[in-house]
Amino acid sequence: MANSGILVVAVSQRGALPPATYELVSAGRKLADALKQPLAAVVLSDKASALAADLASRGVDKVYSVEHASLAGFAEDTFAKAAADVARKEGFAKILLASNVAGRALAARLAVLLKAGLATDVSEIADDGKVSRPYYAGNLVASVEIKTPVAVLTLAPMSFPRAEPGAAKAEIVPVAFDPGAAKTTFSTYQPETSNEIDMGSAERVVSGGRGLGGAEGFKKIFELAHALGAAVGASRAAVDSGWIPYKHQVGLTGRSVRPKLYVAVGISGQIQHLAGMSSSGTIVAINTDKDCPLMQMANVSVQGDLNELLPAIVEEVKRRRGAAPIAA
Amino acid sequence: MALHIVVCVKSTPTSVNVPVDPATGQPKTAGLPTAINPYDEYAVEEAVRLKERVPGSSATVLTVGADSAADVLREAIARGCDAGVLVSGPEFEGGDSFATSLALSAAIKKLHAEKPVHLVLFGKNTNDVGAGVVGVQTAAWLDWPSATAVKKIEAIDPSSATVQRAMEDGTDVLKLALPACVATVKEINEPRLPSLKGKMASKKAVLPKWTAADLGLQPAQVGAAGAATAIAKAALPPSRPAGVKVEGATSAEKAKKLVDILFERKLI
Ligand SMILES: Cc1cc2nc3c(=O)[nH]c(=O)nc-3n(C[C@H](O)[C@H](O)[C@H](O)COP(=O)(O)OP(=O)(O)OC[C@H]3O[C@@H](n4cnc5c(N)ncnc54)[C@H](O)[C@@H]3O)c2cc1C
Ligand SMILES: Nc1ncnc2c1ncn2[C@@H]1O[C@H](COP(=O)(O)O)[C@@H](O)[C@H]1O
Repeated sequence: MANSGILVVAVSQRGALPPATYELVSAGRKLADALKQPLAAVVLSDKASALAADLASRGVDKVYSVEHASLAGFAEDTFAKAAADVARKEGFAKILLASNVAGRALAARLAVLLKAGLATDVSEIADDGKVSRPYYAGNLVASVEIKTPVAVLTLAPMSFPRAEPGAAKAEIVPVAFDPGAAKTTFSTYQPETSNEIDMGSAERVVSGGRGLGGAEGFKKIFELAHALGAAVGASRAAVDSGWIPYKHQVGLTGRSVRPKLYVAVGISGQIQHLAGMSSSGTIVAINTDKDCPLMQMANVSVQGDLNELLPAIVEEVKRRRGAAPIAA
Repeated sequence: MALHIVVCVKSTPTSVNVPVDPATGQPKTAGLPTAINPYDEYAVEEAVRLKERVPGSSATVLTVGADSAADVLREAIARGCDAGVLVSGPEFEGGDSFATSLALSAAIKKLHAEKPVHLVLFGKNTNDVGAGVVGVQTAAWLDWPSATAVKKIEAIDPSSATVQRAMEDGTDVLKLALPACVATVKEINEPRLPSLKGKMASKKAVLPKWTAADLGLQPAQVGAAGAATAIAKAALPPSRPAGVKVEGATSAEKAKKLVDILFERKLI
């Protein structure tokens, strides 16, 4: 039997589906319509039913619901076995996952279990099956051919719209799962203590660099981020100076982001920084030096002293919206 | 009880400014200077720290690459690994993560048969392909458990390891039955520079070279022939349209114009 159909793999994290899951559904829907193949989703969770009902309303044709106590915390081997069971049984041709820690690990295991070609961080899927993904930290973009009957793809965050719930409800098929003897035991989860917005899935990111002049300067960045409903990023210079923790670093040795809006404040835009943000939708640069690379490549550039500009921008946004901050 | 640790490193171009060959549409890397993939330095350092933590342990560094990749093995030995193995031959050229992880898993099996392996360490991702998947794919071929994005090895003995995995929203703690594969992240340690003693050892080290035949693999299973994907065409990312310069006599005026644009374009 030839492989056919598209399968979205939905991994519940802390009992919920990450928003990237809905991006997989919309990308899958478009592909399914183009190929005239069905679109299914599989939910892997210890409490799958509610999540399956949510996905069933977002434009998929069928939802497989794998509910098992072993799927409470993410164990790479156990989750891969559960997803591979469904993928094999139905002979799906394209398996879509999120490009987050869990999705990437699961995709890697699935590719081997299903003897499938794997492409991560996919920003585009062509109708002929070729996919676009970055090489050399985004300095090149390549169209990649998958040579195997089954393709496993992780989709770059913020590259596809998020599927909205609708009136139609897809069929939900419960699937039994036998994890076998576990080699991985999930023990605890320690949440991030701050309630900051995560950069990876944020629609807006405000980043600060050496131009801030010190940890104090980041207060202004947080204020602007708050006013815009944005996550906070940073250049390596700011991180190395100890002004802000490493997890905020954007770039080659930090994280890659692709928000709709990226505001770079006091960042010169060295290639290692650009590697992490150059595919953002709209890039705004705020800098005293109009000739620095970030000001040159930005969609909107504002030349001036950030110490004057940031408070003025925050004030203007608040004035225009009333004091209420924007939801992320 | 002592551990045998294997650490996988890749030789990659030192710069990510790589041109495209217009004739073939492939990235043109021939002649570019290479070095150990930056993230793999953290995996090497962690292997050396585990050696220091568990007396009597040993670390073997492993790479799949061209003959010149022997340099990164020597670099890892200079940083404290005990031995290195080069998996190399024309049959390995053009492999993707699928083919490379199969070759790595076969080499690890061979090492495991010689002296049982407890833990295989990987970097976060390579700076050329940058998929961050080879570690987990290798674990899958071996049918060993794995953990990605590991920022701390809390405890380890020959039968199990407790590790912290850095997730987007916090930290997971997992217990893996050994042998297992672990892909690290930068937070795990601060790599040290090679010592003089290490440099001496690295010069003297004899590096066995294994071909596909030595690993019990067919040439068709590795390299371009065994790859499940291929680059059809690489290109520079689309250039961005020329930007708008926000002008104004005062900061307040510039701020107002900028916020106007953000609202007009529905960015906020
Ligand atoms: C292997 C390697 C990996 C790296 N990885 C990363 C990475 O992941 N991410 C990263 O960011 N960097 C990375 N770097 C570092 C990178 O090369 C740059 O050093 C770094 O990005 C510079 O940070 P910056 O732009 O904040 O600082 P600078 O280059 O010093 O720029 C500061 C900017 O602030 C502006 N400025 C100063 N005062 C004001 C003011 N009052 N108002 C407005 N503007 C002002 C200046 O005009 C200047 O443009 C890496 C480097 C190497 C070698
Ligand atoms: N050719 C190779 N030889 C040895 N190890 C490799 C090779 N390619 C990748 N790795 C390891 O796998 C990790 C992830 O690689 P990647 O999936 O390409 O991002 C790297 O950081 C290395 O530890």
